[in-house]
Amino acid sequence: MRPVAVDAMLPYLTERYANPSGSHRFAREARRAVDEARDQIAEILGVAPGEVVFTSCGTESDNTVLVNAPGRVVCPAAEHHAVLHPVEAHPDGVVVGTDATGQVDLDRLSDACTPDTAVVSVMAVNNEVGTITDLAAVAAVVRERAPGALLHTDAVQAACWLDLREVAPLVDAMSFSGHKFGGPKGCGVLTVREGVAVPPLISGGGQERERRSGTHNVAGIVAFAAALAETDATRAAERERLTGLRDRLVDGISAQLDGVHETVPRDRKVAGSAHLCFEGIENEALLFLLDQADVCASAASACASGAMEPSHVLAAMGVDRSLAGGALRLSLGSTTTSADVDRAVDVVVDGVAHLRRTAP
Amino acid sequence: MKVLLAMSGGVDSSVAGALLLREGHEVVGVTMKLWGGDSDTGCCSVSDVDDARRVAQQLDIDHLVFNFGDDFDTHVVAPYVAAHAAGVTPNPCIECNRHVKFDRLLRRADQLGFDAVATGHHARIGRRPDGTHTLERGADAAKDQSYVVHMLDQDALARTRFPVGHIDKAEVRRLAAELGLRTASKPDSQDVCFITSTGGREAFLGDRIPTRPGRVVDTSGAEVGAVAAVEMVTIGQRRGLGLPGGGPVRYAVDVDVPGATVVVGDEADLRRPSTRVADVVWTGRPVDGEVLVQTSAHGTARPARLDRDDHGVVVHWRTPQRRVAPGQSVVVYDLDDVCVLGGGTAAD
Repeated sequence: MRPVAVDAMLPYLTERYANPSGSHRFAREARRAVDEARDQIAEILGVAPGEVVFTSCGTESDNTVLVNAPGRVVCPAAEHHAVLHPVEAHPDGVVVGTDATGQVDLDRLSDACTPDTAVVSVMAVNNEVGTITDLAAVAAVVRERAPGALLHTDAVQAACWLDLREVAPLVDAMSFSGHKFGGPKGCGVLTVREGVAVPPLISGGGQERERRSGTHNVAGIVAFAAALAETDATRAAERERLTGLRDRLVDGISAQLDGVHETVPRDRKVAGSAHLCFEGIENEALLFLLDQADVCASAASACASGAMEPSHVLAAMGVDRSLAGGALRLSLGSTTTSADVDRAVDVVVDGVAHLRRTAP
Repeated sequence: MKVLLAMSGGVDSSVAGALLLREGHEVVGVTMKLWGGDSDTGCCSVSDVDDARRVAQQLDIDHLVFNFGDDFDTHVVAPYVAAHAAGVTPNPCIECNRHVKFDRLLRRADQLGFDAVATGHHARIGRRPDGTHTLERGADAAKDQSYVVHMLDQDALARTRFPVGHIDKAEVRRLAAELGLRTASKPDSQDVCFITSTGGREAFLGDRIPTRPGRVVDTSGAEVGAVAAVEMVTIGQRRGLGLPGGGPVRYAVDVDVPGATVVVGDEADLRRPSTRVADVVWTGRPVDGEVLVQTSAHGTARPARLDRDDHGVVVHWRTPQRRVAPGQSVVVYDLDDVCVLGGGTAAD
C-alpha cells in the first residue's frame, strides 16, 4: 500500500474506531471522515459526492449494476469475470466479440443493443492486456441504439492511468477498487449518475442512501481516498516514467529472444502493462522459474483451485491457444525502478531460453 | 535432493512430504488440476486442492498448482470414452499415471530443475547390485499400489520416490496425526475423479457417446435378457443384465458392441486358459517363462507362463482364469510376488 494510505487509515483502526452511523461524538467524527473522503474521491472521479457509493470491492460494484438489471445486459468477451459472469448468468445477457487488440467490436455491440437493453458494460482498461477502450465511440453507439440503457464501465484498471474526469461524462456508472492504485483491499466504489436508479445488491441498514447497506469500512474508505489523491497528483509524471520503463522492459526482452509477440500495440494500451506471448514455452513453467528468481508475474487468471486457466481475453482476441499458453503479464507501478526492470529482463530472458532449450 | 511432490490433498501424499523433509530433501508441493468438470472425489476438486495447500503450509513448503487439464482430456478422458464406445473397459487412473503423473509431470519437473518426483503411492523402488531399479509391492499388502504404477520403466524409476511405500497405512495415519496434519483422518479416495457418485459412469458416458440397447443371450444363442446400453457392460459383470432372478449366477462372458449383443454364461464359460497382452512396458529387461500375473488392482497374482511373440505377450495360466476385460491392466510379478516385471493391457 502507499504509505499515505497506511497513515490515513491507522487512526481509524485505533483511537477513532467508531461506527459512522451512530449518534455520538465519535460516530460524528467517523462520519465526517467518510464524508470528506467521499468529497475528495468525487472530485477526482469527476462526479458529484452524492454519486459515490462505497462497496467492498470492484466485483461488488460490477455485480450491483448487472445482477438485477431489468432488461438485456451486454458486455464484450474480454471483460473481467466480475462483469462477464453476471452477464452470462443473466436471463438476457449478451456477450459480444472483440477485435485483435481486445477492443470491443462496435458493429457487434451495435447489433446487440436493443431498445429494451438495461445495461451495457464495457471496461475502460483491460486488466490482462492493458488495452484502452475508446469509450467515446462506445458511448456514441450505446446512446444511439439503446438510449434507455445504463452505460457502465469497469474502471478498476483505469485509475492509475486515465484522467477519470474525462471518462466520467461519457458513462452513467463506474467501478473502482482500492488495491489497484495502492489503496486497501476490500474497499471499492461504484459511481452512479444522479437520477439513475440501481437497485441495491445488498440491503439492510440502508447506508449509502439505501444503495448499499452494511457498516462503513471507515479506515478503508479514508485510505482509498488518500491513495487515489496521490495517484491523481502523480499520474501524468508516473505515466511518462513508467512508459519509459515498460519500453525498456519489453525492448530488452525482445532484443534478446526470438519468437516474442507483443500482444497489444503500445499506443493502444496503458503504460504499466507489458503483455508478451513467447513461442515454444508454457507460462506455468516460466512463472515457477521467475518466482524462484524473485520476479513476481502472472499469466492469466486462476480458477478456484489456483490453477491457471487458458485466458478468455486472449481467446476473445483470437490468439492461438498454444501461443496463449506462453503468455506473460508483467505489471509496473509506482514502486517499480529501472533496476527492477533490468533484473526482470535478465530473469525472463534466462527463463524463456532455459525452457526452450529443455523443452520436453 | 530437490523433489517435486505431487499432492492430491490426501493423507498419503501429505505424509510423503513430511518424510521427504525428514530425510533432508528440498521439497516443493504441486497439485495437478486435471478435470474441469463436476467431481466429488479424487484429485481434482477445489476442496482437495485446499487440503493440499494447507498441508504444504503446515509443512512449510511451497505449493504450486499445475493445470494439466488438456493433457488429461487428451490422454485419459477422451480414450476412456472412445474405449467404452468400442466395448473396451479401460482403467483411467492407470492411464493418468502413465501419461500425466509419470510422464507430463516428470518432464515438467526435469525442466524446472528437480531431481525427482514423489507421490503418495504405496509401492517401493529398490536398487539391484548392478544399479538398476526395481519396482516392488508396498509394505502394506492391503494398500499395495504397485499394480497401478506398473508402467514405470528404468528411466522413470530412477527419478521417482514413493516415501510411504515403506510403511503401512496405519503408520501413515499415525504419523499424520502426530504431525497434526489436517488430512490425518481424511478418508481414502476410491473412485475415478471425473465420475460423480450421483451420475456414475452411465451418466458420464451417456452424455458423451450414443449408447444402444443390447440383447442378452446365453451361450446357445437363446435370448435371456436385455441391457439399456451395451457399451456399459463389462466382461465378468453379474448384475444389471436384465436376467430373471433366482437362477444360477450368470456372468457377461462376451460383449459384441457392433452387434449390440451380450453373451452370458456360468463361471466355467468365463474361464480362459490364456490372456493376450498388448502395449507391454517392462520394468527392466523383457522376461518370459514362469511368473505371477495380477489382473486387477486388489486381485491376487496367479501363476502363469509368459510367451513373447511379435504381437506382444501371451499369459498361459497354470489353471484357467476368469476372462480379463479388454482394456484392463495385466501386471507381471516375479515368483516371490514382490517385484513388478512389467505390464500391459488385456487385448482379447
